[in-house]
Amino acid sequence: MLKYLLPLLLFIVMAIFLAIGLNLNPHDIPSPLVNKSAPIFSAPKLQSPDEKLSPSDLKGQVWLFNVWASWCVSCREEHPVLNQLAQQKRVTLIGLNYKDEPLAALSWLKQLGNPYTISIMDQDGRIGLDWGVYGVPETFVIDKKGMIRHKLTGPVTLSAIEQTLLPLINQLQMESE
Amino acid sequence: MKLWLLIFLWLSVLLSAHAIDTHTFNNPQQQEAYESLTSQLRCLVCQNQTIADSNAELAADLRRQVYEMLQQGKSYAEIVQFMTDRYGDFVLYNPPFKAKTGLLWLGPLLFLGLGLIGLYRFTKRKKNTASDDEIKSEKLAKIRSLLDEGDVS
Repeated sequence: MLKYLLPLLLFIVMAIFLAIGLNLNPHDIPSPLVNKSAPIFSAPKLQSPDEKLSPSDLKGQVWLFNVWASWCVSCREEHPVLNQLAQQKRVTLIGLNYKDEPLAALSWLKQLGNPYTISIMDQDGRIGLDWGVYGVPETFVIDKKGMIRHKLTGPVTLSAIEQTLLPLINQLQMESE
Repeated sequence: MKLWLLIFLWLSVLLSAHAIDTHTFNNPQQQEAYESLTSQLRCLVCQNQTIADSNAELAADLRRQVYEMLQQGKSYAEIVQFMTDRYGDFVLYNPPFKAKTGLLWLGPLLFLGLGLIGLYRFTKRKKNTASDDEIKSEKLAKIRSLLDEGDVS
């Protein structure tokens, strides 16, 4: 009996592993930066390049750091979702304008709406590299102490906001500084 | 025939494709370190290419980073650490042996062991059936001798 069941069992085990493998997203690489303090930068603001922003300016706030670019197709897809999130005013949304032309970026925001409290420029991609960015869009959640608590790769969706981001943001808002 | 030649030529061009940067190095060791590092770091956009092979923008940025760190006098280990701090072990083509990657490293040995056990049991069973044949032939001989005895009486 076992002789006949064994191949079947082997097949089932293999099928389960292959199914898991098929459903994994190879582009979803876990970031080692989660639960570490946010990499430091000091970058010019997109709207007013003379002013600079660094993560220490945002201490005491829960903020989202969204990496975007006007050349990025998936960013266009997530943009309405971010606009919606911004309207709720639940969290500070900072944009990292990654390897982009400032003029193109500004007209993009004018055309599609600007969900960001502040966008900063990273024209040569150095800040992105420091944050382990490898595909745009990416979104980080940073807590009041300046620690990265979550990273989302790929476009932010409504369900991601409702199921992951908002519950996490609410939880982080309750934490002390 | 001409088409085949064309395809062959095209493929050989692809094989030799290599991202080209113009860097000047202070010494040959530094160039060696650069070449070895860029061929061991994975491009995270095109995941089956090293950053030395890839023309993706991210790969170019990572190469620039490696080059600059070498120029600053950073060691091989420091640069690898810098990359894994930001991108995780995934950025290494040669992942370190850890609890998390244990199955990756030991998996092939595990399967080899399982295969050997299977082979051992399979051959043993073959032997058993062979001895069955011997028993059978012994019995046959006995029957024959009994029959022969019957003929005599």
